Amino acid sequence: MSAPTLSPRKATRPRPGHPGPARRDSAREEFLRALRRNISAHGFLIGAVLCFSLFSWYPMVREFILAFQKNEDGTTTWAGWSNLTYVFNDPAFWQAWRNTLLFTVLALLLGFVVPFAVAVVLNEFRHGQGYLRLLVYLPVMLPPVASVLLFKYFYDPGYGLFNRILGIFHLPEQQWLQDTSTSMLSVVIAATWMNMGGATLIYLAALQGIPGELYEAAELDGAGLLRKIWHVTIPQTRLILSLLLLMQIIATMQVFTEPFLLTNGAGPEGSTTTVVYLIYQYAFNFNNYGSAAALGLVLLVVLAGFSAVYVRLSRSSED
Amino acid sequence: MRSAGLRRTRRISRASAAALVTALALTSLASCGTSSSKDDDSSSSSKGSSDPSAPLDPKTKVTISIDCMPPAAKAAELREWKEDIKTFNEKYPNVTINGKSTPGQCNEPPRFTAMLKGKSQPDVFYAYFSDLQQVLDNDGAEDISAYVTDKTVPALKDIQPQVVDVARKDGKLYGLPTSNYTMGLMINRKLFKQAGLDPNTPPATWDEVRAAAKKIAGLGKGISGYGEYSAGNNGGWHFAATQFGLGGDVVDATGKKAAFNNETGKQVLQQLHDMRWEDDSMGKTQLLKWGDLQKQIASDKLGMFLAAPDDIAYMVQQLGASYETFGLGPIPGAKGTLFGGNNYLIKKGSSPDQIKAAIAWLNFKNLTPGKGQFDWARTKADKLPVGLPQPNFFLGESKTKDDAARAANATMPVENFKAFMDNPVPGKAEPPKAQEIYKILDNAMSGVLTNRNADVDKLLSTAEQQVNQVLANQ
Repeated sequence: MSAPTLSPRKATRPRPGHPGPARRDSAREEFLRALRRNISAHGFLIGAVLCFSLFSWYPMVREFILAFQKNEDGTTTWAGWSNLTYVFNDPAFWQAWRNTLLFTVLALLLGFVVPFAVAVVLNEFRHGQGYLRLLVYLPVMLPPVASVLLFKYFYDPGYGLFNRILGIFHLPEQQWLQDTSTSMLSVVIAATWMNMGGATLIYLAALQGIPGELYEAAELDGAGLLRKIWHVTIPQTRLILSLLLLMQIIATMQVFTEPFLLTNGAGPEGSTTTVVYLIYQYAFNFNNYGSAAALGLVLLVVLAGFSAVYVRLSRSSED
Repeated sequence: MRSAGLRRTRRISRASAAALVTALALTSLASCGTSSSKDDDSSSSSKGSSDPSAPLDPKTKVTISIDCMPPAAKAAELREWKEDIKTFNEKYPNVTINGKSTPGQCNEPPRFTAMLKGKSQPDVFYAYFSDLQQVLDNDGAEDISAYVTDKTVPALKDIQPQVVDVARKDGKLYGLPTSNYTMGLMINRKLFKQAGLDPNTPPATWDEVRAAAKKIAGLGKGISGYGEYSAGNNGGWHFAATQFGLGGDVVDATGKKAAFNNETGKQVLQQLHDMRWEDDSMGKTQLLKWGDLQKQIASDKLGMFLAAPDDIAYMVQQLGASYETFGLGPIPGAKGTLFGGNNYLIKKGSSPDQIKAAIAWLNFKNLTPGKGQFDWARTKADKLPVGLPQPNFFLGESKTKDDAARAANATMPVENFKAFMDNPVPGKAEPPKAQEIYKILDNAMSGVLTNRNADVDKLLSTAEQQVNQVLANQ
């Protein structure tokens, strides 16, 4: 085994703290050369950087500052931890977290499993797959507000479609969105129907990337449908599954549109008040931007925690 | 091998492309940027007198922007607005008024709050009576106390003091009223007749309301006797109104403690619970907010609900109902009623001339009997509603004059509002931190209207604890 040789750049690198004038000049020239070489790339980048700076990064910094400020009688003052104290003392805070976690769990149970199952079934069809894919994806193409209002009609306890169907089978009518025990589940069903098309197509694409030989080998070994899913499909789509799981957790914890439109936000006895709806309430109904920003920070910390756990888990599974 | 010239050309074209992209990005950023806090056209061209008592200098050119101009869809109202500007400019040719129309309601709380935060309100902006504190918290309005006198607003002495005082804080005046309302009991006269009830005598107590609701719901066909809000903070708003009607309150005199966990509060929730679940007279669909009950009563599916008189104009103009359908009585209990309204405030930073011009316009448009919004003869000619008991803030000579003009030009059967007009109920202002409190009380209202087994005592004590927490954090 030959001894490692130093690269020319490494060999000529000046010792720290002793840059000679000639070396300084060559470094400067190198920098200018690199700048000239990449000028168009920087030019193309500047629009995106400006957009992100103005509409993403600046609002984030501003939110952080707002979380520690308050406005009273036209004067903005530093509020210390008082906005966070207000948020933690608000009885709606814990209720909103309970509701959000309930939504996340239900949305994962329904919104994660159902699209995967639908994708597996779709993948088995030899004919009409394009037509079925379109059918599954159709709800995603509808404007969310239209879909939600459609479900609002379906759920209406007086004249809604669901109660009519129950009536046909002589089953008792339900209050759906107007009952604390069913309101969140009703919201999740609507949200799943509206959003599952995208996830189904991603799963389907992943399924279609699995080599057919693996299934053939499993069949030769005598595996049935469930064993094939368990031993071939799931391991082969593990990366997509875990990515979508994380994205779904992050998305469902920020749920706003569905409860806002279906139950006017709070729902019966506040049973569909979510964290993001509470942020909206603080900011736009109570004019309390400080507390809205503080709650936003709390949500950020929780979501960052989820992401960190995910990264840790995925790294350890790779090891 | 590529020539140096070709390399240079490529470099130049690359740099040009980058510059072009940058320029485009900057242009698009500029075009999608937020509106500036100060409109370019809102200024005075030369300095007039800064003495508030001095009249507006006719030589000083002043431009003011103002919101709540009627949108194009309201053609008649927009025509009146333009006519009024023309008439106003005959006296004040130096004042340019730039109206800004808003889709939907003039003030939608989320939009209003964001507007204040971004300081993008026009020079003269529309607000609800309950908005003053948030405007001041955002340093959004000028103190106009020194500018509003008997000379600049001659009918000032004839405006109900409480209507002016809602725009006052620490002795300083920040706005002038446009309209006011007190809440009453709206009825569907057609359904009253069908149920064998007398539409000229709306129920005056909650027992009477309950009995009437039962009879109306008995008509079947999905008709509800009584309707109530329980979402969007509207449930809490109506809880407060019902409490006031029964002589109760929402917060105590200090404004620091909840004052509804008592017999009156229990009565409010219990009667709603009983009407919903025992009588089945309130329909199955709940979690309703503003706009829902109006649609129901306008389509003859609802007998009664608590409302302000201007709901009638909304239902006729927007929902296609007819004036004859509706009647109005005082709020059941009649010990007090929720009073509210809207006013115009002047943006902080406006010049003295802009303030003077704004007050002159507001006086002409909104506060002079026989002119602007009180020109009932013109309103009638334009086939717009005349005869609603709202706005109703004048006293004394101005009231006599206005009432006579309103009656002479009425476009609707005003006798249907006789019970409301003949039995005035003292108005009560909304509590401090109104929206937060209403949000909490929404839960109590939705609790009794969606849960047959609701525990009224528990709902009230939970709400009381939460409201006390909100009030402690003022």
